[in-house]
Parts: sequence; C-alpha cells; structure tokens
Amino acid sequence: MPVRLHLPGALRQYAGGASVLELAGGATVSELLGALGGDHPGVHQRVVDELGALRPHVNVFVNGENIRHLDGMATSVGEGDEVWLLPAISGG
Amino acid sequence: MTEQLAVQSGDIVVLVGTTKGAFLFRTDPELRRTEVTGPHFPGESIYALAYDGRAGRRRVLAGTQSSHWGSVVRHSDDLGRTWTDPAEGNVRFPAGTDAALTRVWQLLPGVAEQPEVVYAGVEPAALFRSTDGGETFELIQGLWDHPHRPRWEPGGGGLCLHTVLVDPDDPDRLWVAISAAGVYHSEDGGKSWTTRHQGVRAQFRPDKYPEFGQCVHKIAPAAGRPDRMFLQNHWGLYRTDDAGARWVDVANGVPSDFGFPIVAHPSDPETAWCIPLTSDLFRCTAEGRMRVFRTHDAGSSWEPLTAGLPQQHAFLTVLRDGFSSDGGDPVGLYFGTRTGELFASADEGDSWKLLAEWLPPVLCVKAATVS
Repeated sequence: MPVRLHLPGALRQYAGGASVLELAGGATVSELLGALGGDHPGVHQRVVDELGALRPHVNVFVNGENIRHLDGMATSVGEGDEVWLLPAISGG
Repeated sequence: MTEQLAVQSGDIVVLVGTTKGAFLFRTDPELRRTEVTGPHFPGESIYALAYDGRAGRRRVLAGTQSSHWGSVVRHSDDLGRTWTDPAEGNVRFPAGTDAALTRVWQLLPGVAEQPEVVYAGVEPAALFRSTDGGETFELIQGLWDHPHRPRWEPGGGGLCLHTVLVDPDDPDRLWVAISAAGVYHSEDGGKSWTTRHQGVRAQFRPDKYPEFGQCVHKIAPAAGRPDRMFLQNHWGLYRTDDAGARWVDVANGVPSDFGFPIVAHPSDPETAWCIPLTSDLFRCTAEGRMRVFRTHDAGSSWEPLTAGLPQQHAFLTVLRDGFSSDGGDPVGLYFGTRTGELFASADEGDSWKLLAEWLPPVLCVKAATVS
C-alpha cells in the first residue's frame, strides 16, 4: 500500500488539483517530502526550504501525530500511513 | 475597486506593498482621479515591488512572502490582472551556501540598455541577478563570498540586503546596503566588493566607526551625479560626493536624524526628501506631527513640508521603502504608513493629499510614470 499524502487546499494547484497523493513509502518524512521534488516541485518547494528543512509554519502529521512531537523529519513512514500537510496557526 | 488598472501614457502607477497583500493605484499627475486594485496576494507580505517600463513593457514585479509557503518573485504584464506563479522557487540559494531564502526585500530593474537584468536583494543578506526579466535569479557569488559576511549581524528587521543601486552610466558599478553590515560597492559587476560607509557612525556599538556593522536604512542616488548619494542611517543623515568613499553628516535642521526612507530628486542633484522619526526607541513622527523634510542645497538645510499632512496626534511610521517619487516633472511623491495611510504630493512636497486610508500596514511604495 502506498503512503497517502493529504494536501491542503492552497497546495492542490501545484499537484494538478489532487487533494491526496499516493506515494511510494520513503523510510522517513524527509525522504517522502524530498521525493515530491520530482513530480510535484511546486508542492515540494512550498513545504521545505533550500536546505530541506520543513518551513516553520507548516505542520506534518503522520497518522494523526505532529512530527514535531515524534522524530521530526526523521519520523518513519511506511506503507499504508496517512500523512497530512497543513498550514500551522500563525500570522496576525 | 476595479479589476484591472486602465493606464495610458503619462499616468502614474503607485505600487503599494503591505503585510496583507499588494495594492496597485493609478492616478494622473495632478492626483485628480485615482483607481485601485487589490489586494493582490491576499494575506502575504509584500516587501518588494518594482515597475519595469523598459523595452516597451509595463511589468510589475513583486516579491511575495507567504508565512506558510515561502517567498518567490512574480510578475504581471497586465498591471495585476494576471500574475506569474512559479511552481519552483525562482530565488533560491544554491547548494553549498548552507542558506535558505527568508524574503525578498528589494527588486530593481537594471539600466535601460540591459532590459532583461533585474536585481533582487534578499534576506539572509545576499544579492541575486536575473538576466531574463525576473523569471529566474542567480546568486551573485562575489558578495556572498565576501570575508565580512559570516560576521554580519541582523538589524531589527533581519539580516537584509534592502537597497541596490546601479550606476546608470556604467552598469558594472553597483552599491548595496545591508542592515546591519553597511554599504558595499563593486566596480566589476559584482565579482568583488569593498566597503563604502566610511564616516557613517554605528551609534549602537562601542566603536562608533567600525570596519563594518553600520545599520544603513536607505540610500538614494542623486540625479546626474552617480557619485553623489544621500543616506538615511539608524541615527544619521549623510551625503557622499565620491561614491561612498566618505560620507558627511547633513542632519542640519531636522528634528531627529533617525528615520528610514530617503528619496532623491530625479533631475536636481541638490534636492532630496526624508521623513525623520523620533528615535530608535520610539519610531514615530516627532512631536506627533507628520512632516516630510526637503533640502534644496544637498543637505545644508532642510525645510518641513506640512500642508495637507496631520499636525496633531499623528504618530506615524514610514518604513525604508515606504516613500517614492514618480520621476515626473514636477515630481510626484508618495508615502505609506504602518497605520495604512497613503499620502501623495503632486508638487514636490509643497502640498499633500490622502490617497487612501485603512490599508494594512504599508511595507513599500514604488511609483512610476507610465510611458
């Protein structure tokens, strides 16, 4: 089973309108997001910066858990996992 | 609001960047009738806007920053009806720099003879150049490799390269200003750089005239004299007549020498305008009076301009790129405030008119006369 990556509305225009991408499982969130750079560079560059770091106001949840409370970008992902990209609460 | 500005030759476009998007104004030189579109990029911070009228274009360039999704440079060739939206970032630090773009602070079209060149000053402090009209940008490595760079320290707004100047007679001569590093100058198109802030004091340091570390807020080039510039510093108002080799204090008759923007006259090298603020700890107009100050003698004296501007209980702030001329004759002047007002003058500052209010906090204002 692939990893299902759920996209927020603001990023769907960079994925052909898709709300969910089914991706081959990377071993970690970093690898999963890195692989986005191939087919969906517009999503990729809006989620991570040039150094591969998660942008500060983007949250990634793996099976409902924020990766900032797990192992960050080193959090494991595997077949059948559900991953959400969501804009964090921020701004004024 | 109209959906697209309908402009004709001789009109003025006033580009206003705010913390919540961009607004594009059209007016006539006498400010009789004004239209506006926006917000463009609602919710995004727009620190950099530029109008590029070279080679028959009517292009608006915008450095947009989403707090979530990062920063890119977009442009519109139909005055805001449509914008490019590069799927991949077009201002990116290359591998090996160990840096990531925070925001674009400045966009400057190059000289008329190089209509595809556009400069971008960014945070962290670096200079990028486009040779395709603003579609893509490349890091100017020479400045990035300057031995001072690892020891540059951020000002209050971040470690930003916020000002780029190009000698109109020799596009290989460049100046940049960085907060808080100072002024750097290149004679070879950006390959090598030397400091050009001698005489500019660093009030916030124990050594007031360090080798580098000056918090320069803005530089404006004088017309027809490429080696004359005016400088508004974090404390200090200066002029150079030798391309920055030496700056002299010209804070003669202003209520404070603290402020952000400075604007030079587009055809008279003796005339410039500034907007003093009370102090670094109280960054509002002095004495609750909104006053623009003008010099006609290259800074030997400054006169307050108040007609049409609030003179009671007016504690306003104008940021470094919040003040612009339109290059016209007579010169039109435009400034925006952090409290969302947009003021304009059609007579070189003698009188002012409120063009808009209740905008989001204004970050930048760029005006141009449409040809």
